[in-house]
Amino acid sequence: MEMGKAANYENELATELRLGLLGTDHHEPEKQSFPSSLVIKSNKRSSSEMDYNSSDKCDQDSAPPPKAQVVGWPPVRCYRRNALQQQKKTESDVSGMYVKVSMDGAPYLRKIDLRVYKNYPELLKALEVMFKCTIGVYSEREGYNGSDYAPTYEDKDGDWMLVGDVPWNMFVSSCRRLRIMKESEAKGLGCL
Amino acid sequence: MSSEDRSSEMSEDEERPPSSDPAAGVGGVKPPRSPSTVHGGDLPCSYISPNPDQVLENVLENVLCFLTSRRDRNAASLVCRSWYRAEALTRSDLFIGNCYAVSPGRVINRFKRVNSVAIKGKPRFADFSLLPADWGANFTPWVNSMAGAYRGLDKVYRGLEKVYLKRMSVADEDLAVLAHSFPNFKELVLVCCDGFGTNGLAIVASECRKIRVLDLIESELVEDEVDWISCFPQNGTCLESLIFDCVDSPINFEALERLVVKSPSLKKLRLNRQVTIVQLYRLIVRAPQLTHLGTGSFGPGEIVAQGEQEPDYVSAFAACKSLVCLSGFREINAHYLPAIVPVCANLTSLNLSYATISTEQLKSFIYHCHKLQTLWVLDSVCDEGLQAVAATCKDLHELRVFPIDPREDVEGPVSEVGLLAISEGCRKLQSILYFCQRMTNAAVVAMSKNCPDLVVFRLCIMGRHRPDHLTGEPMDEGFGAIVKNCKKLTRLAVSGLLTDKAFSYIGQYGKLVRTLSVAFAGDGDMSLKYLVEGCPNLQKLEIRDSPFGDLGLLAGLHHYYNMRFLWMSSCRVTRAGCSRIARQLPRLVVEVISSDDDGEGRDIGDYDDIEGRDVGDLVGTLYMYRSLDGPRADAPRFVNIL
Repeated sequence: MEMGKAANYENELATELRLGLLGTDHHEPEKQSFPSSLVIKSNKRSSSEMDYNSSDKCDQDSAPPPKAQVVGWPPVRCYRRNALQQQKKTESDVSGMYVKVSMDGAPYLRKIDLRVYKNYPELLKALEVMFKCTIGVYSEREGYNGSDYAPTYEDKDGDWMLVGDVPWNMFVSSCRRLRIMKESEAKGLGCL
Repeated sequence: MSSEDRSSEMSEDEERPPSSDPAAGVGGVKPPRSPSTVHGGDLPCSYISPNPDQVLENVLENVLCFLTSRRDRNAASLVCRSWYRAEALTRSDLFIGNCYAVSPGRVINRFKRVNSVAIKGKPRFADFSLLPADWGANFTPWVNSMAGAYRGLDKVYRGLEKVYLKRMSVADEDLAVLAHSFPNFKELVLVCCDGFGTNGLAIVASECRKIRVLDLIESELVEDEVDWISCFPQNGTCLESLIFDCVDSPINFEALERLVVKSPSLKKLRLNRQVTIVQLYRLIVRAPQLTHLGTGSFGPGEIVAQGEQEPDYVSAFAACKSLVCLSGFREINAHYLPAIVPVCANLTSLNLSYATISTEQLKSFIYHCHKLQTLWVLDSVCDEGLQAVAATCKDLHELRVFPIDPREDVEGPVSEVGLLAISEGCRKLQSILYFCQRMTNAAVVAMSKNCPDLVVFRLCIMGRHRPDHLTGEPMDEGFGAIVKNCKKLTRLAVSGLLTDKAFSYIGQYGKLVRTLSVAFAGDGDMSLKYLVEGCPNLQKLEIRDSPFGDLGLLAGLHHYYNMRFLWMSSCRVTRAGCSRIARQLPRLVVEVISSDDDGEGRDIGDYDDIEGRDVGDLVGTLYMYRSLDGPRADAPRFVNIL
C-alpha cells in the first residue's frame, strides 16, 4: 500500500497522482494516462485483466480499486458529463448524502447518510455502534493508533484517506464511501 | 456540394468558365427561378431565340428543382456538363459533411443559388477530449465567403435562409456577419459548436428580423452574460423554435415571458436549467400550443414554504394538447413528476437523460406512454425500468440508455437483462445506444433476431475488454449476429472483448455499414483488413486504442477515396505508413498528431514491436479525409499534414 500520499495531503489538496491499488496484489499498477493516452495492454488481453475481473467477485469486502481513468472513456460527451456532475452536486445538497460503509471481515456493507451527523465524533460513535467495534480517538500525528480499527474513506479523486484529517464539511462533500480497516493495515495512512 | 462526389472526375469541369461554351447561351436566357447572377459577362444581353440545347437546359432546370435528395443530385450532376450546370444552378440545399473536404470558394463558384447550408466540422471523437482545442473547423471563412466579403461582390448567397452547423467553431463575429449579410435569414441550428457567446446570440436576436428557428444544442458557450433574450424585437417575432438548454447563464425571465407571449408561432421551446418549474408554469400556460417542450430544472429552486400555494402543474400540462416531445428535467425533483402524466399518452419523444430517476419513479408514468417512439434515459431506471418500457412502448424506434456514473469499475444498474427485455418488447426498434457494465452474447444475439429493423446499433460495455460476463467468451458472436441478422444496419459501435473474428463478421456481413466505431478491440492488423476489404459502404471509421498497424492501414488504399474520413488514435500505425498513404493518394489529406506535443520521448509502455520498426515512429492520432483543395492552411502547430 502506498504511503506517501496522506503525508502530503496537508500541502497538496488536489494532487493529480493516482496511487497504486489497494486490495488486489496481483495486478500491476496502471500507468497514469496522458491526454492522448496510450492504453497499456490494449493488444494483450492478459491474464491479469481477467484475474482482475474475477477478483472483483471474491474481494467484496475490500473495496476494489478503480482502474486509472482513460481519457474520453467511456465515450460520454463532455457536455453530458459536466451536466451530470453539476446535478450530482446540487442533488447532494437537497437529498441525503448516502455512502456505503464496509468493514474488513464483515460479510455485507451498510449505508449511512452523512448529513445526519454534525461532526466526526458523532460519525465515529455511530460506526462503532453499527459495526460493534472500537475505533478509538483520532490524533493528527498517530491516526487511530491503539484501537482495533481505523476508519478510512475514498475521496472524489479516488484516493483512500484517513477519516479525520480534513475539516468536517470538506470531508462530507468529498467522501464517496467509507471503509473501516483493521488497524494493522491502516498504519501506513496516518504516519509521516 | 456533397462529399460523395467523385472528385477526380469533376475537377476539370469546374475550372472551365461557362461563357466559353457557346451552347450555354448564358447571357440571353433567364433560369427558371430568380434572375440569374452574371456568369461570364462577355456575351451580349440582347434577346436571341433560344436554341434547342438551351430549351433542353431550361427544361432540365425545371425538372431538377424537384430532386431533393443529394444522392440523386450528385448522380444527376455526373451525366454530362449540361446536367452538371443545371444541377448546380438548382441545388438549394448544400450539405458539406467535412468542412475541409472542399474550400468555401469552390463551393460558391459551383452553386450559385443556395438557401440552406449544412456544414460539419470536427471528427466525432473530439467530443471525448481526443482532439486538442484549436484544431480548426472554423466557420469564419465560410460565412465570409457566403457573404461575399472576400470578393468585394454583392452578397453571394443573398437568399441564404438556413445554416446548420455541427462541431464547428463559431465566433460572435461570424454570427454578426450572418445577421448583417442575409436579410432573409430564418434558421440557425448549432449542434456541438463552440466559440461564441451570448454576445453573438444578442446580435442574432436583434438583427435577424425573420428568424424562425434558433436552436443551440449541446454547444459550449463562452461565459459572457449578455441579456440576449431581451434583444428580440419587442412587438413580436415569428419564432417557431427556440432551444437554449445548453446556454448556462441566467436569463431575464420577464423578457422570456414577453417573448413567448409575442411569438404566437412558437412550437418548440427548450429552456435552460436556470428556469425553475414555477417559471415554467408561467410559460406553458401562455403557450399551450407548444409541441416540443424542454423543461428547465424540474424543481422550485428554493424550498417551497409549507402551505404555500403551488401552481396547478397538472392542469397546465394537460392544457398542452399538442405536446409530443418532452425533455429537460434537469435537477429533477421527483415530487413534480406526476405533472407530466396528462401528456404522456400523446408523447412520441421523451428525453430523461439528465434526470436521475429510479425504477419506481419511471413506472409512475411510463405506463401511459403508449405512443412513444424515442426515449432517452439514464441507467438509474435499472433493468426493471427498461422492462417497464418494453411492456408499454411497443412503437419504440429509438432508445438511448446513458450512464449516471460513466466510470469503468462501478456496478452498473443495467445489463443484458434490460437489453433482452427491450428486444422482446420493442420489435420495431431501429436505433439503440446502450451503456452498461456487463453484457452477454446471448442477449445481443436475441436482439439481432427480435429487432430486424435495426439501423443503428451502438453498445458500450464500459469496462475495457470485458467479455461475456456469464460465459467469459469474447463478444464476437453477439456483434456477429447483429451484422448478420440486421440487414438494414448502417451504423455500428462495438465494445467489450473482441477478437479478429468479430471484425471478420463485420467484413463479411456488414455490407451496408457506413459508420463504425471501434475502441480497445481486435487482435491485430487482420481486423482492420477485414473492415476495409469487406465493407464497401464504409464512410466513417473511427478507431481508438486498438492494435491496428500499417499493414491494416495499407489494405484500405483502394477504398479511402470513398470515405469521408478515417480516424485512428493510440493505435499502431507509424509515420512511415501514413506517409506512404499520403504519397499514394494525393487527394487525401493525412493529418497526424503526435501523442505528445512537446516532442519529448514518448512513454512507450509495453508495446511489442513485431514489425521491427522503431516504436518512436508510432503516430498518436491519424485523421485522414479526402479533399478537393489539398491541405488546409489553418492547421495548428500540433497537426502535421503529410
